[in-house]
Amino acid sequence: MTTLTAPLVAKPTTLWHALFQNRLSWIGIGLLVMIVLVALFAPLIAPYDPLQQNIAYRLEPPSAEFWLGTDTYGRDVLSRLIYGTRVSLLVGFVAVMIAMVVGSALGVIAGYVGGMTDRLITGFVDVLLSFPTLLLGLMVAAMLGASLENLIIAIAITEIAPFVRIARAPTIALKQRDFVEAGRSLGYGPGRLMTVHILPNMISEVLVLGALWMATAIRTEASLSFIGLGVPPPAPTWGSMIREGFENILDAWWLTVFPSLAILLTVLALSLLGDALRDANDPKTRSERS
Amino acid sequence: MIQFAIKRLMLAIPTLLAMLTAVFVLVRLVPGDPAAVMLGDQASAESLAAMREQLGLNQPIAMQYIHFLGDMLTGNFGASMTSGKTVLQEVSLVLPWTLQLTFASVLIGLVFGLPLGVWAALRRNAWPDYVGRILSLTGLSFPAFVSAMLMLLVFAIHFRWFPVIGSLVDGGFVSQLHALTLPALNLGLIMTAYVMRVTRSSMISVLGEDYIRTAKAKGVRPMRLVLRHGLRNALIPIVTVVGLYFGTLIGNSVLTEIVFNRPGLGKLILGALNTRDYTLLQGLMVVFALCVIVVNIITDIVYGLVDPRVKIK
Repeated sequence: MTTLTAPLVAKPTTLWHALFQNRLSWIGIGLLVMIVLVALFAPLIAPYDPLQQNIAYRLEPPSAEFWLGTDTYGRDVLSRLIYGTRVSLLVGFVAVMIAMVVGSALGVIAGYVGGMTDRLITGFVDVLLSFPTLLLGLMVAAMLGASLENLIIAIAITEIAPFVRIARAPTIALKQRDFVEAGRSLGYGPGRLMTVHILPNMISEVLVLGALWMATAIRTEASLSFIGLGVPPPAPTWGSMIREGFENILDAWWLTVFPSLAILLTVLALSLLGDALRDANDPKTRSERS
Repeated sequence: MIQFAIKRLMLAIPTLLAMLTAVFVLVRLVPGDPAAVMLGDQASAESLAAMREQLGLNQPIAMQYIHFLGDMLTGNFGASMTSGKTVLQEVSLVLPWTLQLTFASVLIGLVFGLPLGVWAALRRNAWPDYVGRILSLTGLSFPAFVSAMLMLLVFAIHFRWFPVIGSLVDGGFVSQLHALTLPALNLGLIMTAYVMRVTRSSMISVLGEDYIRTAKAKGVRPMRLVLRHGLRNALIPIVTVVGLYFGTLIGNSVLTEIVFNRPGLGKLILGALNTRDYTLLQGLMVVFALCVIVVNIITDIVYGLVDPRVKIK
């Protein structure tokens, strides 16, 4: 074991080195780059307008004209899938960013201030964790009403807890270290100590967790859209495409299969990357990475 | 040990109160007048007033909160607005279906996940490990409804091996089991992926311990070494992680039930959402959170039983 000699926080160079040695991470990065490009250049790639209805071409199976077929309104599935990438990535990314910022801020504050504040924040986390994730998201989304913003808020709320936890524990250890004490004796306020001296020491762990939870956020988005609490129609999202396709599952398999594959690939890519980042970032597992 | 259990139970009281408060706040997040949202645009002024009265919305918020806490703590979770049945009646009507499904899937998960995880740990960085890790990551990447739908498409619609609707209210044991197969496999395979991952990493760290080397040096037979010395110790974290998975399992079974059109908690929730039955939703939320809290307590106590080093500070 190399645990004793390994540094507490990985240096960027070794982190990248470890990451690029991991073969699985390459697959994840490759897939992810492709997906982001699809989202960015959606108007250039999509063969048709994703909202354009054409009753003459209802429920066409995949063909040379419509590669992935058409839906009940005669809309092109491929174009909807391509535009849906934007919504899924946007919702996943923004929701995780909110959870990450709010969660790690709460975690650092809980760890640094301690006492009653700490008890309140950890109590809040315990409550969040006592709801089944999907039901919490479902409940918040149902109560706020279906819209893009509310969907993002609902997903962000379900993901705050892990970020509070990952930021709180190291803060408790770090606030007693000499360099924080030195800052304090120089007269720096708690705000500066928390943001400049403590937070950077755990930022890599927080970011790794972000990649893993973005995968979950995309899954939650799809699930909520499938239940009918997602972005309202006619905007194309993968989850709502599956929901619509599910009504025709007996005679139009393409409506459900292709959005399913899109979700699967995106979540898999993010999980591969997140896993690889976690292994690369953790001095204990770095020696046993593949 | 009993002291440990009592302490753990006491710790759950503030969580319980805070959870109830959270549900109370959540239900009041509805923009505008909940009575109007429930009854729709066409409701008359009298029916709106009656609904507000029934929901207790015309009382001051503090009184509403006290009534809510009192009701919930005495086990009165409210009644469905549409069927008039109490939340507990509604839940107990469909609970057997959901329990059947979740038990079957946990069983599948343990029967396949444990051996596969041990195998992957023993063959670390060889092909079984690689294949197993990619498969388990793939299994975990599926939102439960996506895998359910693909299974439905392939095995029920294309090959016609299984009924499209995953439950038969009447029919013998065999046909019930037949209908349960696909939904249970769907949840069970996700569970397998999860158990396998946890088992693998737990086994790897246990196999690196000094006492394993000592046992090996003493000449303990490989089978005994892996099962008795290795797996038995590796089980401790597995128990915890599987317990923590309970919340996710509930969400996944909700989605699976919707896809396979099985009666159960999933369809109950969906129905409540579609009819804007907020009192039923609120009651379900409390019941589910209670389940999670209870499972967490049991997990902690089991952990304390299997690992005597665990103590609450």
